[in-house]
Amino acid sequence: MKLKKSTINNIISYGIVIVTFIICQMMISSGSMTRSLKGQMVPICVYIVMAVSLNLVVGISGELSLGHAGFMSVGAFSGIIGAAWLRSVLGVENEILRLVLSMIIGGAFAAIFGVLIGIPVLRLRGDYLAIVTLAFGEIIRNVLNCLYFSLDGNHLRISFNNPNIPGTILVNGPNGAKDVDKIATFPVGFVLILFTLFMVLNLINSRSGRAIMATRDNRIAAEAMGINVTKYKMMAFVTAAALAGMAGALYGLNFSTVAASKFKFDTSILVLVFVVLGGIGNIWGSIIAAALLTVLPELLRAFADYRMLVYAIVLILVMLATNNPFIRSLFDRLIHRRKPATQRGGASE
Amino acid sequence: MVSFLRFFINGISLGSVYAIIALGYTMVYGIAKMLNFAHGDVIMVGAYIAFCAMQYLGLPPIVAVLCAMVVCTLLGIVIEGLAYRPLRQATKLAVLITAIGVSYLLQNTALLIWSSNPKVFPSVFNVGAIRLFDGNLVISSETILTIVANIVIMIALTLFTGKTKMGKAMRAVSEDKGAAELMGINVNRTISVTFAIGSALAAIAGVLLCSSYPTLQPTTGSMPGIKAFTAAVFGGIGSIPGAMIGGLLLGIIEILGKAYISTELGDALVFAVLIIVLLFKPAGLLGKPMREKV
Amino acid sequence: MTENTRKKRMLDTRMVPAPSHGIIPERDLNSTPVLEARHLGIEFGGLKAVDDFNLIIGKTEIAGLIGPNGAGKTTVFNLLTKVYQPTMGTIMINGRDTAGMNTVQANKLGIARTFQNIRLFDNMTVEDNVRIGLHNQVKYGMFSGIFRLPAYWKQEKQQHEQALELLSLFDMQDMASSRAGSLPYGAQRRLEIVRALATKPCLLLLDEPAAGMNPHETEELMRNIIKIRDRFQIAIMLIEHDMNLVMGICEGICVLNYGRIIAKGTADEIQANPTVIEAYLGKKKEG
Repeated sequence: MKLKKSTINNIISYGIVIVTFIICQMMISSGSMTRSLKGQMVPICVYIVMAVSLNLVVGISGELSLGHAGFMSVGAFSGIIGAAWLRSVLGVENEILRLVLSMIIGGAFAAIFGVLIGIPVLRLRGDYLAIVTLAFGEIIRNVLNCLYFSLDGNHLRISFNNPNIPGTILVNGPNGAKDVDKIATFPVGFVLILFTLFMVLNLINSRSGRAIMATRDNRIAAEAMGINVTKYKMMAFVTAAALAGMAGALYGLNFSTVAASKFKFDTSILVLVFVVLGGIGNIWGSIIAAALLTVLPELLRAFADYRMLVYAIVLILVMLATNNPFIRSLFDRLIHRRKPATQRGGASE
Repeated sequence: MVSFLRFFINGISLGSVYAIIALGYTMVYGIAKMLNFAHGDVIMVGAYIAFCAMQYLGLPPIVAVLCAMVVCTLLGIVIEGLAYRPLRQATKLAVLITAIGVSYLLQNTALLIWSSNPKVFPSVFNVGAIRLFDGNLVISSETILTIVANIVIMIALTLFTGKTKMGKAMRAVSEDKGAAELMGINVNRTISVTFAIGSALAAIAGVLLCSSYPTLQPTTGSMPGIKAFTAAVFGGIGSIPGAMIGGLLLGIIEILGKAYISTELGDALVFAVLIIVLLFKPAGLLGKPMREKV
Repeated sequence: MTENTRKKRMLDTRMVPAPSHGIIPERDLNSTPVLEARHLGIEFGGLKAVDDFNLIIGKTEIAGLIGPNGAGKTTVFNLLTKVYQPTMGTIMINGRDTAGMNTVQANKLGIARTFQNIRLFDNMTVEDNVRIGLHNQVKYGMFSGIFRLPAYWKQEKQQHEQALELLSLFDMQDMASSRAGSLPYGAQRRLEIVRALATKPCLLLLDEPAAGMNPHETEELMRNIIKIRDRFQIAIMLIEHDMNLVMGICEGICVLNYGRIIAKGTADEIQANPTVIEAYLGKKKEG
């Protein structure tokens, strides 16, 4: 009974995403979408995937991560390098194939980083864990600023702090990647959203997902029930890292130049804002919040210079409103019209 | 050797600034159990106020610092009252995001008022320097002032939390908010005072930071803010001597790392040390390990 | 004594303790005891919270652990489940030494517990709470879960049925889809027991299962504890302050004071023991 319900919910979710995609595509082809908004379509997909994957860590696994952009940058740079390598060494000409393969490369590298970072990070708790993820995000950015990659014939060359390497430079230290293969497209971004939803929703509704949520709700009880807490925290962390890496690769391949400074702490925070505003643990909320807030600065163009100020005020007001007990109970009454469970023998209280 | 000494002293000076900022973080965390991400931006506001007082009003540096402290204190109380107090029952994350919102708000307000063009902070306290080793080692008056200010603040705060009634109330609230309230302590007022003290310290830190590193921009406070927060965690968040030690160590590591290992990787090094320390001491250097009662 | 006659006796004289097999006078040497703790102890910064704790529990025994507040009862549970690592002594589960194991491994060996301050997975449904207990009996992995391979469908169905069956022990199957955190207090305590049972333990540790229950509910709980023992053939050890419950169903009782065992025996022996009366029961009568 319950199984069917979750499956139906998932199918509805995919349906809504597909319909939204079709509407967007129609708007694009009929020319009713502004140029700047059209340019935002791939970043919107990227931020949706980022938000959903971060929600897996923050909402489902219950650990605050402040370094999610780090995985995005790993994915972006490995994806950019991968795309160049695929084209010139393996001769993959088909753009969509190259994009998809690059995204897989980006996801794989981010997953490796997820494992390496997860091992120390997940030993910590609460705010300490948060600050260490922040630290790792900054370290990744710092190190990327010192790395130079070039493609010399069939060889990929890496150097540290030394810009003089033979071959065509792909990544140029603090200046980042230039002349990037701009192969990212909105339809592929949309497929990535579907894939992310598929991964995350199915994971949540499986044995592993329940174990992840159990470790979130009560670590000690989960251990007493024989659940290997570290394993499941790691599973959520690495899955999220891989998805962020794929999103990063898509993002990187959408611009002609990409520098590591694009993946600052602020970007991690931005994604976290999507997650919290959309509702912690609420996948749908993340999608809507990511899409709206990526477009919001665009919509706030009328405010010109006051744009970011308005954004900040909106953010604070929304947080105050959603946490106001009165407004909360009002919402609860509106949304949760389902009555509480029938209780038997309720003499206990 | 002389150059090492120079770097070391610069490290202590930078570390002192971090320590003063970290004190604000750690006190607020200890009492309100929240990461006040806007704290770094209060530093920036403090520096701008002092800058304006000196540049446009022609006030003497000491008065300018006092002005900055007053404005930041008020700012801290207002932020706490308007943005954080309504969220006292909310989840930690909600408060964190609100703090981030406040941080954006301060940065963008500063951007509108003072524009993004960097201001050159006047060298306020330049009253000569100490020259040692035939002039090879120059210790500027800013450096000395920063270190002295740090020591004075540290002693004053320790006395304040240890001896005064308000200080004891702060410790009680940080231990157990509910119990403190039952004992007749005005929790809201105590938290306000904590924010006020933290923000006043931020103003001092802002002026000190900008007199050593004189470019002032709306984003000036964010990176030192993050590093000071790291310092607070490093020393054990919630602990006042911890913030002091964490700040100093972080400053020294950063300057020495930049000097001897790699200029680009200085920040990475700071964070790497933090991670290593936390792995061996999960509650920081002086933090008390929390054991969950089963 | 055959199983049948024993059960019958159980039903007839529900409140009278059955003859002990194992535990407190250490009997039933033919089969390995479920639990064997020897010279168990732990120090917290010089303070001996538990010291020289010796206990043997037989295969289907109901044992009680009592003592004044702060005597170290819950600490014993934490030691047995490896939440704390003992600083002295050994713990054997079904004849296997648990030295160096963690909580997860101890659970896999067959120790399950409930908590004094209820620790449910509040944001998950009642059924999902039980499914967490069944976690290690289900074998499909992350990959089959995400891609919904046949193993997923088959085992999810099995798990669902098992969970409902376990919930039916306490007539809770109707609550299966409500949020665990929203249940009334008594139901939360029962759910904790069901969840612990789902891990297929051979020794179930109940930490104050009757706390906050009224006399009627406590009586029902007593019947249920015996029912669980008989149906699953497991040993049960419980910490409880309700003396009617302890004296009513525990076949062996162990009294703890200041971290040390001051008496072991049957309910009658404990009630007659002057040390116990002084340390515990005497106080209770005054209160």
